[in-house]
Amino acid sequence: MAGLMAGFARYTHAVVRGIPTSLAADALRSSRSDVDLAKARAEHEAYVAVLRTELGLDVVELAADESLPDCVFVEDAAVVCGDTALVTRPGAESRRGETEAMKGALKDLNLNIVEMTDENATLDGGDVLFTGREFFVGLSKRTNQRGAEILADAFKDYAVSTVPMLEALHLKSFCSMGGPGLIIIGSSEPAQKALKIMQQMSDHRYDKLTVPDDLAANCIYVNLPNKGHVLLHCTAEEFPESTKVFEKLKDYTLIPVSNMEKVKLDGALTCCSVLINKKGNN
Amino acid sequence: MYLCFFLVFVCPVKRETPGGILSPTKRDGSSWLIDWSSGRPVTMTTEVGSETEVKEKAEESATQSDQSEKATEAESQEVASAEGEEKETEKEKEKEKEKEKEGKGISRYLPWLKKQKSQSQTSPTKEVTPTEEAISTVKQEEEGPAPEVNGHAEEVEEKEAAKSEQVKEKEAESHSNASADTEPAKEEKVDESPDKSAEETKETTEGEGVHEDKKEQEGEVQGEGEGGEEGQTSIFQSPLRLVRKTKMKLVVCRVTQMDGADFTCEVEKRAKGQYLFFKVCEHLNLLEKDYFGLSYIDSHEQKCWLDPTKEIKRQIRSNNWQFSFNVKFYPPDPSLLTEDITRYLLCLQLREDVASGRLPCSFVTHALLGSYTLQAEFGDHEPDQPQPLDYISQVTFAPNQNKEMEEKILELHKSHRGMTPAQADAQFLENAKKLSMYGVDLHHAKDSEGVDIMLGVCANGLLVYKDRLRINRFAWPKILKISYKRNNFYIKIRPGETEQFESTVGFKLQNHRSAKRLWKVCVENHSFFRLNAPEPPTKARFLTLGSKFRYSGRTQAQTRVASSLIDRPAPNFERTSSKRISRSLDGAPVISITDTAENGREPHLELHSDSKVEEVDLSPGDVEATSAQSPLRVHGDNIYVRHSNLMLEDHDKTQDEVLKHQASISQLKRSFMEAPPPSPPQLNQWEKRLTSSPATTIRVQQQQVSLEEEIASVLLSRPSCAGVFSAAEAVCSFPDPTLDAALTARSAAALSATEVSEPRVEAAAAAADSTISDTKEPAKTGEVEIEETVVVKEVSKATKPGLVTVTVTSSSPDGLSGDKETREQEVKVEEKVVVTVETKAVKQESISSESESEEEAEYHPNVSVSISHTQIPEEDEEEGKIEEDKTTEQDMSAPYVASHPAEIVQLAEEISRGVEESRKEDTEAAKKKIAVMEKEGVKETEESTDDPMMTSDEALNGLTPTGEAVTGLEEEEEPKVNGQASLVEPDQPRPQVICCSEPPVVKTEMVTISDTFAAQKTEIATKEVPIVHTETKTITYEAAQLDGNGDGEPGVLMTAQTITSESLCTTTTTHITKTLKGGLSETRIEKRIVITGDCDIDHDQALAQAIKEAKEQHPDMSVTRVVVHKETELAEEED
Repeated sequence: MAGLMAGFARYTHAVVRGIPTSLAADALRSSRSDVDLAKARAEHEAYVAVLRTELGLDVVELAADESLPDCVFVEDAAVVCGDTALVTRPGAESRRGETEAMKGALKDLNLNIVEMTDENATLDGGDVLFTGREFFVGLSKRTNQRGAEILADAFKDYAVSTVPMLEALHLKSFCSMGGPGLIIIGSSEPAQKALKIMQQMSDHRYDKLTVPDDLAANCIYVNLPNKGHVLLHCTAEEFPESTKVFEKLKDYTLIPVSNMEKVKLDGALTCCSVLINKKGNN
Repeated sequence: MYLCFFLVFVCPVKRETPGGILSPTKRDGSSWLIDWSSGRPVTMTTEVGSETEVKEKAEESATQSDQSEKATEAESQEVASAEGEEKETEKEKEKEKEKEKEGKGISRYLPWLKKQKSQSQTSPTKEVTPTEEAISTVKQEEEGPAPEVNGHAEEVEEKEAAKSEQVKEKEAESHSNASADTEPAKEEKVDESPDKSAEETKETTEGEGVHEDKKEQEGEVQGEGEGGEEGQTSIFQSPLRLVRKTKMKLVVCRVTQMDGADFTCEVEKRAKGQYLFFKVCEHLNLLEKDYFGLSYIDSHEQKCWLDPTKEIKRQIRSNNWQFSFNVKFYPPDPSLLTEDITRYLLCLQLREDVASGRLPCSFVTHALLGSYTLQAEFGDHEPDQPQPLDYISQVTFAPNQNKEMEEKILELHKSHRGMTPAQADAQFLENAKKLSMYGVDLHHAKDSEGVDIMLGVCANGLLVYKDRLRINRFAWPKILKISYKRNNFYIKIRPGETEQFESTVGFKLQNHRSAKRLWKVCVENHSFFRLNAPEPPTKARFLTLGSKFRYSGRTQAQTRVASSLIDRPAPNFERTSSKRISRSLDGAPVISITDTAENGREPHLELHSDSKVEEVDLSPGDVEATSAQSPLRVHGDNIYVRHSNLMLEDHDKTQDEVLKHQASISQLKRSFMEAPPPSPPQLNQWEKRLTSSPATTIRVQQQQVSLEEEIASVLLSRPSCAGVFSAAEAVCSFPDPTLDAALTARSAAALSATEVSEPRVEAAAAAADSTISDTKEPAKTGEVEIEETVVVKEVSKATKPGLVTVTVTSSSPDGLSGDKETREQEVKVEEKVVVTVETKAVKQESISSESESEEEAEYHPNVSVSISHTQIPEEDEEEGKIEEDKTTEQDMSAPYVASHPAEIVQLAEEISRGVEESRKEDTEAAKKKIAVMEKEGVKETEESTDDPMMTSDEALNGLTPTGEAVTGLEEEEEPKVNGQASLVEPDQPRPQVICCSEPPVVKTEMVTISDTFAAQKTEIATKEVPIVHTETKTITYEAAQLDGNGDGEPGVLMTAQTITSESLCTTTTTHITKTLKGGLSETRIEKRIVITGDCDIDHDQALAQAIKEAKEQHPDMSVTRVVVHKETELAEEED
């Protein structure tokens, strides 16, 4: 047993889900935009390939559900930390059904499942930032206090601090972890405000990596035994300035991943997978 | 508004007082000289006269009882002739000194002592550590000749016996030997206080401690007290306590340890919390005890921490003497603890926390922690033995423990094979410490909107929870002030980078008790985790209401230093598993003594080991060593201060503070310029002494140490002092040239006379380099009236020592605090009235206990740590305690005072005053600081300006030159002093106005701290800050005839004590000094009254009132001198 909080960002498994045809027309989005379904699917395939080949993860691929246009964004359906998985109650009613398949997959992985059954609680996984030492939960349109409380109950070892969200859809719409103790943060005012709050609420000190574009701040950091720091980030095509910032990271394996289409649906890199570490449990 | 009254009373000389110091021997009465370890001859004659006399004496001071024993025995030997003996005794004393140096010479010295010991049935000596014995013997020697009742060294049981003995003594003084078994140490201790003034003992005792008086009055013999103490308190030897204890009944305390076992021990009813705490730690063999504390359940079913500095009885407020031993401060990184036993105890606490759900953790963590517990308690998993879930299920690992969890625990346990218990504990802690609620003390509250929340106090600050969610967090550096009022709890938040103003956040607690409890916890946690040294309780809060509570123990920084010095072999201890088996044994009530024996350690030894730093000083012969070690101790305080400042700078320091600093510095400079030249290096000695004096040090560093311990340590130091003594004397005399030679001689005598003084002298000598305090003194000088000095000469002011100490404190960190407080603009006008009264008969002044309002209190967490030795950790709710503490201090301090030129003393006093005031008033603090700065580095001004801390350091290093300069100044001033120092005649009661000193007007600037000034310290211009102007006037009235203290005859300081009482806006400090001069005993009482008010104070009226009261209290005394010091703010402070 590795013990508490050991091995931050070490993953063995990933859960992803296919893109239903309904995505293009029915998926929720904050801005009007036309999504090229084919492009999106190609994008997603590349994404899963990276997880599988570059990161060497066992990828559990759930089938798409046409009745759930947003089901590709699996992150919102579950929060996994250690061997405990909290199956959420997404804030958007249309997405509540997404958790069913997710729960099954997580059960198959022998995780301790905690379900959010309280009907007053809503929580999107996209609002949950786990730093390795604590949780920050954005209180957004999709996530409420009660949902955060249940999350705190599920992960008692960790402090769970709430961060009021003003504009962005999710907390992780403008931030993510870029390494142990490193928070990648967008440069918008809401993002910076949120970072301030997080810093104030935390007993720990975090380094920050500020990138010009909020959306570029959403990255996937993985600590691989053989590769060390690996960061999946946006492509230079999308956010050239932000990419330059990432390129300054030393000792990192940088893997640009295109997210052109999914971003139109407010989907970021982290949204499309649930990463799991099963080694600690055995 | 600020009103300060300084009242000094001098007791007129009496011949043949009932106590009969000088009185010819009556009957069996024998006169003898008391040799202090220092070897200076003290001419103390105690009459063993008639029974009645004896009784009186007994009443007067328990100490004497010891003496009486000795005396009785000694009578045969020494009694021959008091006078003749004196000389002999002196010789003997010298010998004794030597012996003392050796450590155990006393017995040789006093043959009767040996007899006593042998005779003693239950000789507590066994218990007493060798050092203690030595000390005690020394003390005995010193006191040796006291002819009164013998102290009974018997154990608790012996109290009654002691009484009987006392009776016997009354009947026949001479046969006390049998009962005289008394433990030397205790006796000695007791003696110390009384020794100083034999005749005036009664008075002294009264002054010293209400408790004592009461006890004495009750008619119980001193011996009783001693006996009682021995029984229980042998570990902590403090004469005062012993005296108290005499009357005290024993109470059985039940302490639930963290492994669930009960520890039972008997404690005197009036014992303080720390006594019990030390008993428990001793029982546990725990050295790193600062993380722990005792808790009790109050009448409202609330768990409260037992304040170590206060009487247990007053805290529990019920007859339920049930406590539990718990972790009070959870070390953020347990791996930094020195000893495994400490980690083990922490584990025990955490296991309980986890099992009870107070420390929430996940299933996996429960299992993991449980598995480490198994490994630590049971060792490797044995596959052979069916280690069934049986025993596991008997152990509670989690609130919701189930089979699944137990299986998981077992499974994990298997993986720990080979792990030692200590390793398993360490692993346990490594995981536990990461839990988010680790070390968080939760309190129910409501926010401003009435929403239920939880406030969590922890090492890093204050956390706000709503349900399980953290909704806010206030790190200590962000918090400017913590306060409570009724059931409201407030924190004032430092403005953020972009914010202009500080904000105050309020929470509603259930009731005022919970508000206060939360406030206390905050104060303690902040002090422990954020400060390098505890902030002394505020004594000089005039306008502020409320609790003066401060954390009194060692801070984490201090305890880490202390524990780094632990060099004992890892102690063996039993873990719960083993204890569980033999619980019946554990459960049995164990007498503390027994426990000690079990541990195989002398209680004292343990204590010493704990505070090795302190001990270092104590070690005999270390004069030089002391100086060398000073960084730890002598200078330690200063260093701590500096560190604390640095600490603040690092984390908290805002530019505001910096501004304050600089402003204060500039102010100091100005005041310095205007002010008369400061006093000489002697001050340094003082301070050094104070600083270095073991007692003080202990207090500062380890307030938890009982007074007795302190005393003991002082005594210990003595021997070493002897060698230094001469040097000290020389030093003392050196600065005095201006003063009469007589004075010098006197001072020397006084030093010798005082037990305490010697060690300090050494310290002083060693520390010859000026301490920060020196610097401060000059500053005061500016403010202070020179005339007072004169008074001081005659009267040794016990008060001053304390004050002096304070002064030291002021120099470093006070500024910050002061500044902050200044904002509040509480104090506008300051008036100080000094009245000197001479009376034939000395009466104790009634000590008014400080009123601590439970309703509200404030605490400024960011204030740099100011270490004032003087200040007593206790809250003064109980009058007696205060007195005692102060008495102790006084004893120590008195000698110094005597030795030093009056001027210095006064300056010191004023400084101290200033210090006290400074906390509330920025202005004063600023002055002091400035003054300090100037002294240290008039030349280095700029540097000092930039960084006060630096200055202090520099001062330490290079004080010498400055000091000399100061000396020169003094000399110049001295003439004035002499002129002013008219002799006071006891007969003339009327005060006459001798001189009106021109009111020195000190313009003081208040420093406004505005965040706006950002940037670096260097950039901040001091000039920008001036805000407040203070006008100071000093008027001195003196009686036409002053008693010529300066007379050729060296006076011997018999006793000195300081009593401080505070009410909301009035602080009264009373200094009672008894001096024996050429056969005349003189008692001088100095009262300093500080009145603070918002409106103008009619100082005439106030003075009249003060004098009136003084006369009422001391009908037979006359007022010889009145000094009125008035400070008024000319301009409103900016807030």
